[in-house]
Amino acid sequence: MSKLYMARNPRVAARSLDGEMMIMSGRDSTLFTLNKTATILWQSADGATPLDEIVKLRICTEFEVEPAEALQDAETLARELASHEILQISEEPIPQRNPTAGESR
Amino acid sequence: MPQLTTEVEQHSLVIEIGGMPVRVNTIDPGFLAMLQNRYSGFVGESEDAEVEFDVELAPPNPADRDADVEVKYRFGRWSLSRGDFRAEWEPAARRGWIRQTANPYSIDAVLRIVHTLVLARQGGFLLHSASAIRNGKAFLFAGVSEAGKTTISRLAPPDVTLLTDEISYVRRQSDGYIAFGTPFTGELAKLGENVSAPIAALYLLAKGRENRIDPVPPGEAARSLLANLLFFAEDEELVQATFHSAFEFVNRVPVSRLTFMPDARVWELIG
Repeated sequence: MSKLYMARNPRVAARSLDGEMMIMSGRDSTLFTLNKTATILWQSADGATPLDEIVKLRICTEFEVEPAEALQDAETLARELASHEILQISEEPIPQRNPTAGESR
Repeated sequence: MPQLTTEVEQHSLVIEIGGMPVRVNTIDPGFLAMLQNRYSGFVGESEDAEVEFDVELAPPNPADRDADVEVKYRFGRWSLSRGDFRAEWEPAARRGWIRQTANPYSIDAVLRIVHTLVLARQGGFLLHSASAIRNGKAFLFAGVSEAGKTTISRLAPPDVTLLTDEISYVRRQSDGYIAFGTPFTGELAKLGENVSAPIAALYLLAKGRENRIDPVPPGEAARSLLANLLFFAEDEELVQATFHSAFEFVNRVPVSRLTFMPDARVWELIG
């Protein structure tokens, strides 16, 4: 199985407030509120860490879930976030100029 | 030799909303008189306008009468259009033009858009909300259409100064936020007072069977604020700036839900 890498789309604005991660598309101003898993993916999307490692280190330690099932769900979620242009995904590492692009706390 | 040029008299008016003077030039005295009447209380005398628009009155264009508002930035120039107007504004030159029919609504829309663009770079915004001053403090009452903005404005007691029943003007200051009166009216059709005060609270309006104030979680406060912001530009940088401005506001200004029934006693909870 090939690796999947994620990076934050620098064209969105992101903000964490009281534990809630909110993202706004710079393109059409759509507002997204991320759930816990999506927030982990967003926070971990550095372009260099593969998804399976993120699942192992961040998701399986947070939730009681089988690693294989967690990886499958995380990949579905990552692709969904990518379809909304929140994340960029690739089977190769994604170079990033500013890994915290768009985010402010 | 016949004279080839005729000198046309130019009429001018400064409309000052939120402390920002906008000069409007026209050759039509009737249009100028209409603007003076429309923006009564907001006519300024500043010589140093932030923006200066030449208004060209033109016949309606039936081809694009229903076109939605479009606001785009290209090559240092904002392009604004809707079915009933076209306009351009070059911020660096502080000049622009508006082409519209002789009506007060088109230029009103242009002014709203220009103010949102200027405010977005300064941490401020226009908000779908009524606002009023009581005891030297400003209170905002946000909500979509039918949420009760006009009702709460109509119920305001005499010691309350109404800033607007429809669109609030919020400007960032170093230690907080200031609300200014606006001429942007809703159903009440009454211009706000051209005064300002520090914002003490934002209330999210809800109609109910009693008058009460409830806390709102920060995330919900931010979402509600964002849902009520006026913003028109298709511009990533300004969208991001406005998004962050909303969060800064929520971090600094208390946001609560104000449930109320159509009864003046609701104002006993305010101020």
